Amino acid sequence: MSNSNNPNEIIYLDNAATTRISPAVLNAIQPYLNELYGNASSLYSLGRESAKTLEKARTDIAEAIHCEPREIFFTSGGSESNNWAIKSAAMLIAKQGKKHIITSAFEHHAVLHVLAGLEKQGFEVTALPVYKEGIVRVSDLEKALSEHPDTGLVTIMYVNNEIGTIQPISELAELCRTRGVWFHTDAVQALGNIPVNIEKLNVGFLSLSGHKVHAMKGVGLLYVNKKILLPALIEGGAQERGFRAGTENIAGIAGFAAAVKEAVINMETKNAKLLPFREKLYNSIMKLERVHLNGDYEQRTINNLNFSFEGIEGEALLLHLDLAGICCSSGSACTSGSLDPSHVLLALGLPHEIAHGSLRISMSEYTTEAEIDRFLEVLPGIVKKLRDMSPLWEIINTNLSLKAF
Amino acid sequence: MIYSERVMEHFANPRNVGEIENADGIGEVGNEKCGDIMKMYLKINNGIIEDVKFKTFGCGAAIATSSIATEMIKGKPIDEALKITNKAVVQALDGLPPAKLHCSVLAEQAVKTAVADFYKRQGVDPTPIVGVIEDRCEDCHGH
Repeated sequence: MSNSNNPNEIIYLDNAATTRISPAVLNAIQPYLNELYGNASSLYSLGRESAKTLEKARTDIAEAIHCEPREIFFTSGGSESNNWAIKSAAMLIAKQGKKHIITSAFEHHAVLHVLAGLEKQGFEVTALPVYKEGIVRVSDLEKALSEHPDTGLVTIMYVNNEIGTIQPISELAELCRTRGVWFHTDAVQALGNIPVNIEKLNVGFLSLSGHKVHAMKGVGLLYVNKKILLPALIEGGAQERGFRAGTENIAGIAGFAAAVKEAVINMETKNAKLLPFREKLYNSIMKLERVHLNGDYEQRTINNLNFSFEGIEGEALLLHLDLAGICCSSGSACTSGSLDPSHVLLALGLPHEIAHGSLRISMSEYTTEAEIDRFLEVLPGIVKKLRDMSPLWEIINTNLSLKAF
Repeated sequence: MIYSERVMEHFANPRNVGEIENADGIGEVGNEKCGDIMKMYLKINNGIIEDVKFKTFGCGAAIATSSIATEMIKGKPIDEALKITNKAVVQALDGLPPAKLHCSVLAEQAVKTAVADFYKRQGVDPTPIVGVIEDRCEDCHGH
């Protein structure tokens, strides 16, 4: 218990949930909290300073992700960006008489719940399968587009948040482009792990979030291709050229720009550092009995691993790890806040009982080898303890020994 | 969702974990699809629960409720053990988050199912004594 009370001793392996603020980000944020706190819409110099910072951040980010500054709209984060892109694009396509939207079965809830709402308003939604590898197939999109000529929008995530699998976004988006269908991607988990290059991605809309890349919570952006006039979701003042009302979060945005630059510059070094950690984790954990890797090993971001341990439940695993000062996450029902396990793991075709026993490990550039070693030292004992007291494990073992005869 | 210290204490150090060889009654409730299975073993002598052990597959609350339920019934006469409700289990744990209340129901049912098994082994119809043990699994799903 004592470990988990001291943040310095915490082993943080939940960077897909959120990340710590980096020193460069902290530096970038600080002046805008109590010195340069002006409203970017104000005319006096304090306000102009904020406006300048805002536009500098926009230019820096545009350069880092290869788009034009005017194509970037700051938002409160990934959820808002996804909501805005999908809801507003749906309004536009409906005007063209298109009422069909294609997505994947394992999108973030900020996409799936929005689509469920649109279905109630008369839109039709097709969710493409992701198979056991956790990857959408271009041929499936092609087929769905042919079957539904009234498709106006496709929204598919770049990297899945639970299993880290990378989707073939440029191929999927190119297919849509040739057919005049808009493409949105939730790239929140991609930035800093794989290249996010708008020029190469062919997308109309792309969502990013600050706090997944060592910036503050509450800041993100939506990239909107300059050819599309996307109606505002948040209406009010004339901020973001009238497309997103609300006084700009200058401190957050300044930090976000610093974070995006760092994420892009450090990506290769970080991946080179984390690759052996991932191999070590994978090789050690797969030596345990009845463990499964969820999602493809190769086509995933280097920072992510997701396992299922048969016979145990994920929340119990997380709580024991927490007692040892280690933070991870699980797709078990108990941690999803509902009574069914994660829709991502079910979309891979996992049975409920295996999805309940999942564990996600997500590293960052701050992860150290000593932390990985400590985690690997603690994990087998916890798995054994929980299996020793699990009647399900007893059933699995009985069935196994029966099969052996 | 925050667990009380009492829940965490029982989760971290569960009491009476294991099996009883030649148990006089065994009750298993829940299923793997829901993510909770509790199995309770009773040793009964002269109407007194002399020993109790449990095994649980499930979340923190499932383990803590099983653990405290075994403490609450150990050494008690059967009729007293049957009076232990899920509410008493929740109270003994200083509360449970709303989403976890079903775990306390499972704990109550595990005790009742084990006692019912004891009576069945004696050739006694358990229903008039234990009552009907409802399968509450559907409460959790489909909403």
